[in-house]
Amino acid sequence: MKIENQVALEFPSRSANEGFARTAAACFAAQLDPTLEEVNDIKTAVSEAVTNAIVHAYPDTLGKILLKLRIREGGTLEIVVKDWGVGIADVEQARTPLFTTGNEERSGMGFTIMESFMDTLKVRSAPGRGVVVTMARKISRRAGR
Amino acid sequence: MPVTCKEDKRHLMAQVAGELDHHGARSVMEELDRRIDQARPRELTLDLSGLTFTDSSGIAVLLRTYRRMAQSQGSMRVVNTPAQAGKVFKAAGLERIIRFE
Repeated sequence: MKIENQVALEFPSRSANEGFARTAAACFAAQLDPTLEEVNDIKTAVSEAVTNAIVHAYPDTLGKILLKLRIREGGTLEIVVKDWGVGIADVEQARTPLFTTGNEERSGMGFTIMESFMDTLKVRSAPGRGVVVTMARKISRRAGR
Repeated sequence: MPVTCKEDKRHLMAQVAGELDHHGARSVMEELDRRIDQARPRELTLDLSGLTFTDSSGIAVLLRTYRRMAQSQGSMRVVNTPAQAGKVFKAAGLERIIRFE
């Protein structure tokens, strides 16, 4: 489907950027006139994906994170979060609820939340090759628009 | 990420306000730990009315606080959960473990 609008944001893996990334995604999505619940779902999923990159991709260093937001024809918001970090050896295991390699500040529910708040979720990775998370959510057209 | 606490006998009321994500989770956990250690409450009420956003970091904070209270034979309940936070907690099945009112 044709891309109608897009934006790319690059930032270092500092945890202060979690709030920036989800707020930026919500601002970009605003042109689709989403409901408050849709905005919150988008913010939550972006927060999870970006936090994963910040916590896991670059354990001992600061690295680059790329957030790409696209609006596709028909009103679908596509979100890509990409890093160039350590990667995930077993993506299926990483997507299992409660699985985490993090400390007790992590719940292991990040991918589960992304899955339940978005229509689609794809995770591509290999050890040493970074991670690309691609999610999409169709924003429903409301009456009177 | 402010945590405001009130104590009444052995009941601790803690209000968590603002956006609770990974960036702010550690300071909230530490503050809750400190207050629980000081007050040694029989019951903890977590008031989330001022919570404007959370993600799975909020799940980790709630589970850890729940475990801490359980270790000292105390109980915990969560009140005034906003819709956004409620949806996150529900996706994790937290209502099967933690008392939401």
